[in-house]
Amino acid sequence: MTVPHLLVHEKKDNVGVVVVEGLKAGTKMLCVVTHDNSSFELEVHDDVPIGHKVALTDLNEGDTAIKYGEDIGKFVASVKKGGHVHTHNLKTKRW
Amino acid sequence: MASKYSNLTFKGYRRENGRVGVRNHVVILPVDDISNAACEAVANNVKGTLAIPHAYGRLQFGEDLELHFRTIIGTGANPNVHSVVVIGIEPGWTKRIADGIRETGKEVAEFSIEQKGDFETIRAASWAAKDFVHKATEMQREECNISELWVSTKCGESDTTTGLGSCPTVGNMYDKLLPEGITGFFGETSEITGAEHICKERAINKEVGERWYKMWKAYQDEVIFAHQTDDLSDSQPTKGNILGGLTTIEEKALGNLEKIGRTSKYIDILEPAEMPKSGNGLYFMDSSSAAAECVTLMAAGGAVIHTFPTGQGNVVGNPIVPVIKITANPRTVRTMSEHIDVDVSGILRREQTIDEAGDALIEMILRTANGRNTAAEALGHREFSMTKLYRSA
Repeated sequence: MTVPHLLVHEKKDNVGVVVVEGLKAGTKMLCVVTHDNSSFELEVHDDVPIGHKVALTDLNEGDTAIKYGEDIGKFVASVKKGGHVHTHNLKTKRW
Repeated sequence: MASKYSNLTFKGYRRENGRVGVRNHVVILPVDDISNAACEAVANNVKGTLAIPHAYGRLQFGEDLELHFRTIIGTGANPNVHSVVVIGIEPGWTKRIADGIRETGKEVAEFSIEQKGDFETIRAASWAAKDFVHKATEMQREECNISELWVSTKCGESDTTTGLGSCPTVGNMYDKLLPEGITGFFGETSEITGAEHICKERAINKEVGERWYKMWKAYQDEVIFAHQTDDLSDSQPTKGNILGGLTTIEEKALGNLEKIGRTSKYIDILEPAEMPKSGNGLYFMDSSSAAAECVTLMAAGGAVIHTFPTGQGNVVGNPIVPVIKITANPRTVRTMSEHIDVDVSGILRREQTIDEAGDALIEMILRTANGRNTAAEALGHREFSMTKLYRSA
């Protein structure tokens, strides 16, 4: 199997994790959902470091981020599909 | 039901109380901070001994003092320890600790410094230590069933790869070995926040789940909310976690909980450094999420091997318990390979399944139990960090 650029835990997740080093904006990523091994393609719009997240769909301020099929926080800024998701646009709901 | 994991064996050291160790240390154990120098001198005099210096033990009181005793006694009582020389400034607490360790049946010699001074104490303690080394080095390993292993886990310098690879690897190991009768420990109370609803459901029954939730909530209210000076976003996730791509405590907690696999349930809850009393199975230990503190507490609870998933590359070890490092992060494998015992980065490339990674970890656990030194042991990582509940009197 070709090595994926992005792994997604569950089908219902709206963010995935970059698993290769040196990913450049414009790369058409091979994305794999680990839960069922299904795959899809997605173009990344930023240079995103390994381990960091990418939005799988357009997301707006106030939306909930879903990973592992669970709530991992709220978007505090909007992000386009294929954009970098991290502390600049996502925050915990706990503190 | 017999599985391919039922007949696994390793060669360990059987102790007087029936427990099995995988190391055979002669420990020179200070009761308090001011006895460190004497302990280190004895360890320097007698080769093959191990001093475990630490920062506390004077003017502690109440629950904090109980935790101090539990941690020190548990460290000496751990089956990876053959025998112990205990040194304290005065005889009272020294005896209390020595007697606590003696309950295991192992040999303990105790010395106190007041009215003698360091020289006389070191002389007498060195003779006892030398005697213990002769006995320890004649002890033979014997074949033991996998069920006799007590294996703890705690992850550190986590990133998103720990939730994808190294934590599920540990979870897969527990799903396979807990049914074979091993005893397991997980904990990190503050790092369950964000996944507490899931952790509560992973208890063996409703009563245990409710007790777990009460413990977690008390920590949240009495420690976090009582002492916070900011919104904690500088502490949880840590700076290292954030560099690795973890954004929120919820995300970190969900990855963390992957360490208990898909089917494993915890059967009871332990105080920090408490030894399990409800038989074999998985235990949640109320514990700090700081690596060295957590491993120290679980070692005091009786774990003889620690499995440590890391993403960005935590380098922690422990003086008496081998710490097995597991990473799925290919960059960490590339830049910090001297610290890594099990490389599961193949999971991220889809070249290795979680099932295969779990088997690779089980193989490394057995090799470590048989005597292979871990990366942390080879590199001399012997972090021993006591958890302190509040300031001393």
